[in-house]
Amino acid sequence: MSILTFKQGIHPEYHKDLTKEKPLKKANRPKEVIIPLQQHIGAPLDPLVKKGDHVKKYQKLADTESFVAAPVHTSVSGTIKSIEKIRTPSGQKILSFIIKADEEDEEVDYSLKTNKEAKDLSPKEIIKIIREAGIVGLGGAMFPTHVKLSVPEDKKIDYFILNGIECEPFLNVDNRMMIERSSDIIAGMKLMMKAAGVKKGFIGIENNKPRAISNMKSAVKNEDNIEIKVFETKYPQGGEKMLIKAALGREVPKGGLPLDIGVIVNNISTAVAVFEAVNEGKPLTERPITVTGEGIMNPTNLYYKIGTPIKDLIEKAGGFQGEPAKIILGGPMTGSAQQSIEVPTVKGTSGIIVLHEKSVAKFDAKPCIRCARCVDCCPMYLLPLKLSDLSQFERYDELEKYDVQSCIECGTCSYICPADRPLLDYIRIGKMEDMKMKK
Amino acid sequence: MNKEQLIFTSNPHIKDSTSVEDIMWTVVFALVPAVLASTYFFGLRALLVIAVSIIGAVITEYIFLKIRKKEIVIDDGSAVLTGLLLALTLPPSIPLWTAFLGSIVAIGLGKQVFGGLGFNPFNPALVGRAFLTASYPVLMTTWVLDGTSTATPLSYINNGELIETWDLFIGNIGGSLGETSALALLLGAAYLIYKGYINWRIPTGMISSVIVISFLAGENPILHIFAGSLIIGAFYMATDMVTSPVTKKARWVFGIGAGLLVAIIRFWGGYPEGVMYSILLMNTTVPLLDRYLKPKTLGVVE
Repeated sequence: MSILTFKQGIHPEYHKDLTKEKPLKKANRPKEVIIPLQQHIGAPLDPLVKKGDHVKKYQKLADTESFVAAPVHTSVSGTIKSIEKIRTPSGQKILSFIIKADEEDEEVDYSLKTNKEAKDLSPKEIIKIIREAGIVGLGGAMFPTHVKLSVPEDKKIDYFILNGIECEPFLNVDNRMMIERSSDIIAGMKLMMKAAGVKKGFIGIENNKPRAISNMKSAVKNEDNIEIKVFETKYPQGGEKMLIKAALGREVPKGGLPLDIGVIVNNISTAVAVFEAVNEGKPLTERPITVTGEGIMNPTNLYYKIGTPIKDLIEKAGGFQGEPAKIILGGPMTGSAQQSIEVPTVKGTSGIIVLHEKSVAKFDAKPCIRCARCVDCCPMYLLPLKLSDLSQFERYDELEKYDVQSCIECGTCSYICPADRPLLDYIRIGKMEDMKMKK
Repeated sequence: MNKEQLIFTSNPHIKDSTSVEDIMWTVVFALVPAVLASTYFFGLRALLVIAVSIIGAVITEYIFLKIRKKEIVIDDGSAVLTGLLLALTLPPSIPLWTAFLGSIVAIGLGKQVFGGLGFNPFNPALVGRAFLTASYPVLMTTWVLDGTSTATPLSYINNGELIETWDLFIGNIGGSLGETSALALLLGAAYLIYKGYINWRIPTGMISSVIVISFLAGENPILHIFAGSLIIGAFYMATDMVTSPVTKKARWVFGIGAGLLVAIIRFWGGYPEGVMYSILLMNTTVPLLDRYLKPKTLGVVE
């Protein structure tokens, strides 16, 4: 089978060996969970419970009438200790429920369960369950999944893609899910395809995950409409624009969505969340994570209850090894640095990476020598050196001409720059200034 | 552990380890075969010229950085590279003071007056050479091999004399220090292309257009590739990162344009050699080429 890929991109050191053979195991039940009210892109939620209330496991804590939103649920039974603003992985302070967990989960809220068999559910019913379960894109974007699956009348979707590329170094979440839960993934994928009314689909996997490829291939042996496509190991192969271009030769139009070219892309773990919601009546309250890096004693893969503070998960992985210099939530290319280990996990938290000082990228900017490595690697074919310059010297009105808003913020340009220039930082500023001018 | 100890900066959090210094010193390293070849063919005097040129470049860089109150960045290798490249374009018999003067001009007027590394529009080594060519035309065109004055291969061609292609290729002919051995230059260039430190489009475009025009003009293309400074110019001067385009399309145009100018100057101009002026002229077009030959952004319909 041919190996697919996009043009340009980079080959960072992957460090996947640290955890790729580590089976997913359950993290300890936390004593306290912190559930931010906003864990999705979309409308804000209204709280349904108040301080002092006792909540059952899986109980819905907040929701809204708005369609573009995903409710949040509690991953443990317990008492609402307080509702206050807490710093979340994104760095923002967001109103959050702080729940003191009971000794055990005595009561479980199964209001999501239906008495119908999964195969008898209509597309509308599946979409309703996915929304009620609060499922969002688990690759990190946290866009509500039911919105993605609700295809507008005028759009025709011919491909459903499940993204198992996992091109970020260090992470092995999707890899382990594909190795361990291939049939659940396919079941979840078929439910999503039915919900969106899509007949054909494939699962994209990078060729550095041979076990995942072989397990998924056996899982689709009897599926006529789902195939496995293998991609070259290259960053950012898992960016949906790169993935679609490599597999189908289609380009997501500037400012548009995959929907516009007949494609829907979802993450591997999202499919499992859909499977569990529909088949087990379980809202999105648990997900897989890789806890790794040279600063972690026993790098490992865990299922954790969403809202668990990251310190609990670091502890489960044996604690720190050596002096931690940087703690990253997500992958090392696009994840966000943290100031504290008290920060809670959210629905999109796929990794905790702890680095020692020697491995942390430093952007001590020297003059650009126009080597064009950023130009030659940018997966969007932008001119990062030009964008960064225009932004640095506040020539914001020229940014539009260079398609600044097309930047996907993958970090490739900063990664590859031999002059250690923080190109992406400047481009981000440029994107914001460009937006301001359009208003 | 408290929060002051944690580094709190934005993504990406990891980085490729290649630095500007790595690139510059690797190019210097790639020129070692050419240095050895010039020493073999022209004797220790070649080494002396190279040393003086490098020392002149480094001292000038140091003085300018001091005056401009900038960090002393001699170890980035860029001044060493400029001195070396300039030396390789000089005749072996050149007085040492001339080489020294050339390297002062290369760094001073070619680079530092514009703001130092990264800001110069012209290839600094070629600025130094252009200055010497204009100021000391006799010194710059006196060629000595085995103790006797000779003409350069390109003037041979004009006189209708024959030379062995093999001698031309390995460098057993008169000429500038580094220009003589195409073999040595190509060895280093192959390594740099493999490392991704020079772009193959520029030399390919430049040499191809010289070949095409040679055919059209009824000249011998082999001689025009290996005689004179086309190889060193195409692979080491035209590809200078600071003074060449960043987009792929612009690199093609830049290379082909430089090749056309070489051919035009050689076949119909007053000089037997045209590489230096062709590259300097193309240097002026870089901002324009980069501006109008942008790659198509993914998702933009033209």
